[in-house]
Amino acid sequence: MTTAQMIFGRLTWDAFPWHEPIVVATFVAVLLGGAALVGALTYFRLWGYLWKEWFTSVDHKKIGIMYMVLGLVMFLRGFADAIMMRIQQAWAFNGSEGYLNAHHYDQVFTAHGVIMIFFVAMPFITGLMNYIVPLQIGARDVSFPFLNNFSFWMTTGGAILVMCSLFLGEFAQTGWLAYPPLSGIDYSPATGVDYYIWALQVAGVGTTLSGINLIATIVKMRAPGMSLMKMPVFTWTSLCANVLIVASFPILTATLVLLSLDRYAGTNFFTNDFGGNPMMYVNLIWIWGHPEVYILILPLFGVFSEVVSTFSSKRLFGYTSMVYATCTIMVLSYLVWLHHFFTMGSGASVNSFFGITTMIISIPTGAKLFNWLFTMYRGRIRYELPMMWAVAFMLTFTVGGMTGVLLAVPPADFVLHNSLFLIAHFHNVIIGGVLFGLFAAINYWWPKAFGFRLNQFWGHVSFWCWNIGFWLAFGPLYVLGLMGVTRRMRVFDDPSLQIWFVIAAIGAAIIACGIGAMLVQFAVSIWKRNELRDVTGDPWDGRTLEWATSSPPPEYNFAFTPVVYDADSWADMKKNGYQRPLTGYAPIHMPSSTGTGVILAGLATLCGFSLIWYIWWLAALGFAGLVAVAIGHTFNYKRDFYIRQEDVTRTEEARTRALAAGA
Amino acid sequence: MSLPSPSLPPWLSRRSVPILAAPLAGCNMVVMNPSGDIAVQQRDLILISTGLMLLIVLPVMGLVVWFALRYRATNAASEKDYDPDWDHSTKLELLIWSAPLLIIIALGALTWLSTHKLDPYRPLDRIDSNMRVDPRVKPLTVQVVALDWKWLFIYPELGIATVNELALPVNVPVRFDITASTVMNSFYVPELAGMIYAMPGMKTQLHAVANRPVTSKGLSANYSGAGFSHMRFAYRAMDRAGFDAWAAKVRTSPVALDRPVYLELARPTEKAPVAYFRTGDARLFDAVVNLCPKPGQRCMGELMHVDMMGGAGKESARDTRGLQYDFPNSHVIEQTDRNRGQETAPDAAGSAHAPSADHSNHSGANAHAQHQ
Repeated sequence: MTTAQMIFGRLTWDAFPWHEPIVVATFVAVLLGGAALVGALTYFRLWGYLWKEWFTSVDHKKIGIMYMVLGLVMFLRGFADAIMMRIQQAWAFNGSEGYLNAHHYDQVFTAHGVIMIFFVAMPFITGLMNYIVPLQIGARDVSFPFLNNFSFWMTTGGAILVMCSLFLGEFAQTGWLAYPPLSGIDYSPATGVDYYIWALQVAGVGTTLSGINLIATIVKMRAPGMSLMKMPVFTWTSLCANVLIVASFPILTATLVLLSLDRYAGTNFFTNDFGGNPMMYVNLIWIWGHPEVYILILPLFGVFSEVVSTFSSKRLFGYTSMVYATCTIMVLSYLVWLHHFFTMGSGASVNSFFGITTMIISIPTGAKLFNWLFTMYRGRIRYELPMMWAVAFMLTFTVGGMTGVLLAVPPADFVLHNSLFLIAHFHNVIIGGVLFGLFAAINYWWPKAFGFRLNQFWGHVSFWCWNIGFWLAFGPLYVLGLMGVTRRMRVFDDPSLQIWFVIAAIGAAIIACGIGAMLVQFAVSIWKRNELRDVTGDPWDGRTLEWATSSPPPEYNFAFTPVVYDADSWADMKKNGYQRPLTGYAPIHMPSSTGTGVILAGLATLCGFSLIWYIWWLAALGFAGLVAVAIGHTFNYKRDFYIRQEDVTRTEEARTRALAAGA
Repeated sequence: MSLPSPSLPPWLSRRSVPILAAPLAGCNMVVMNPSGDIAVQQRDLILISTGLMLLIVLPVMGLVVWFALRYRATNAASEKDYDPDWDHSTKLELLIWSAPLLIIIALGALTWLSTHKLDPYRPLDRIDSNMRVDPRVKPLTVQVVALDWKWLFIYPELGIATVNELALPVNVPVRFDITASTVMNSFYVPELAGMIYAMPGMKTQLHAVANRPVTSKGLSANYSGAGFSHMRFAYRAMDRAGFDAWAAKVRTSPVALDRPVYLELARPTEKAPVAYFRTGDARLFDAVVNLCPKPGQRCMGELMHVDMMGGAGKESARDTRGLQYDFPNSHVIEQTDRNRGQETAPDAAGSAHAPSADHSNHSGANAHAQHQ
């Protein structure tokens, strides 16, 4: 081993992808953009502000917003990957190899899946739950505010590792679940799978801890009077999603540990050598993987419940059956994992069992859909943007659910598994369910977070682009699936397929317009925020507690902890002539900000990075630092402070004046 | 065991398929119009299941649209019906839980029956909807090996093997035994039957039959590395005479597929041309399944037997080199050098022992004794 290898591990000049012009161009663009951003932050002297007010903040609202920003940034990266795939597949016909070689293309589809699930959908829903849940249950923060900050930075650390792989070494070329033996050291000797493993491990710590945190928050910190069956439905679905996180992410962690041992320590859990068993990996990863999709969708079911009820100006139909449906889905999601590999040779009885349990999930899901439907029945529906997304979801998701049940029939799955029909199905439920739900949530809660509404015109443009673009992009994939076309193909030899890929690419372009319109919507809304200002804190005639406080809520959320008598507690308070108390403020006990979360996550990321590159000394140093800082933090006794009574009074009186001026 | 077949009545499938396909005229929806009986039954199942689900999906989608329009706030009529506190109805609750339940009971029953009926491991009992299998006819065996990145087909009864070309006689039941040399692939001929994974160290099975002569493609449906996209093979279903002529032609190949030829073939290549072989080693497929195609490698079947008999003791620790199959930095099985001098495999080419499937002749003690 040379000295250079000792110091830099396998990190050499060749690790930079000089020979890939697309990557180099992207790198230059990112470098210039990054330099401009850093320059602007420095010029406007924002570093101190960002560090003090945001990065080290333990306020659940700020952490929630940071999660959303992380999700949005990674969404743009993941979508860029999607566009690259669409172009490649529309191009590579009639002997053409397209514009991406296998080495690049295979990283693109792997990165797309990994990023969209772990670094887009997960931060989005975690951010949403972080922001909304404490407000909905009338709490001042989450149970463990520092842990919350640490969780966020761990998720960010994972995202940074994935982004590193773009310019330093390579990402995995294995598909998003990295099945061995292909992901083993013998067949993927380069850094790709190591980036995959360590990005997920670092982010996974954050996800698991944030799950624990939110469960504790929901169980222990509800306002007086809020029994479990008086919790808002979004809080219920968040609770179930977090139970799933806590029960399933350790499986992912353990599975990836075994894979790392195979790759680093020469064990043979999943290799061909020495009687290793790759099927075991497939089982384990899907025992995590299937609950994962319910982790993603359940909170959005909650969002739709809130949105449909609010904009129909009506109580949610069948609250109790909604709660039981959610819990049923939570339990059943553990009994279906094998449907992801019916085609791996299980016996007919095993396949039937898992097929039928899968179908059974459609019963509570169907019940939920009916509940939303009957919430609309005899309502007065206001078509604001969140409600438009909710109706679009109901129509889109139903189709996705139907094709999902079809895939649950094992003999049908034998011809549809790994086909583009499957790809169309899961984008149909993930875009139609998770993303549409997020757009509903963003439009619904933006005024709460920032005190002004989002621009309607650009919201409508985005809505229609997404809906039309979605069907144009994924309708053809259903057809292609029935033409026997399977996933992850880079080139095609049947020219009759090309037209469908071209249509799909056009659909993706329209979706790109939808994303662009959404960014314009944000920009225009921020620019014209005074015209869109909402001073009431309750712009939609909301029904749950988050609408009882100001927009944006003060640091302490509620000057007085509300008392709850009904599931729609704010609607109940309004109906019974609730008067905002104007005197009697007391000092409020709050957690202090700390930079420890950033430092710990930074060290964990450094440790992950050095393990990826075999820089052992740095990994050891990073790990030792991690332990030392964690222990050091236990001696930090300055963890809380009181917001002085004068400050509370001043804040609340400002709101009183604003409300009076608005009225 | 005779299970009712969940297939469409012929009149329905004759009519519904063209109607469903009409808007898509011009594209070949092979999954909806295959030429093998198993795929036809799978197609029928897709149509029946979709129909069953549409029974509830269409009304629901209709209701969504209707309610969304009917109860909009700008519709004056909605004011009269407005009832903000109406949130429960036992009758409706019963309906919204039981309606999906009924559909799922029907679909679940269909699933149980069809999954057993169309189990890929189950020998066929019919050639097509009108013809039963003649019990005296032995199914044709085809051994399938997914290599990097091409397909090897061995016809043990015919003494031939091909690369990237699968030919089948029509109306003859076929049993595929499927494995892979290095990583996971999925063996899929859309015209013929559903897919099944090809996995190293494991053997999966598929029973199928081709019903009419056709020239088409098969492929790997599971990503397996850089050359994956080109991992396609020609699929040709022929009448009996045509097939016999084809087999005779293959048999004239000067190259016999023995271990050295196989190991050369197993090196990773892309876009491999069609190649024909005589079989040179009857036990090749078993050796591939048991991860011991090379001299020096120990067969998994033998090891499992040793383990079953209580293991081989501490002395066997030095034999671990024979257990290595994968090698770093490539998809190549290249270990002659490493294993030189390690003659532990009883199934090396030319050996008198049976390789894998049946190890009753090796006791654990014997297997162990061989290494002493």
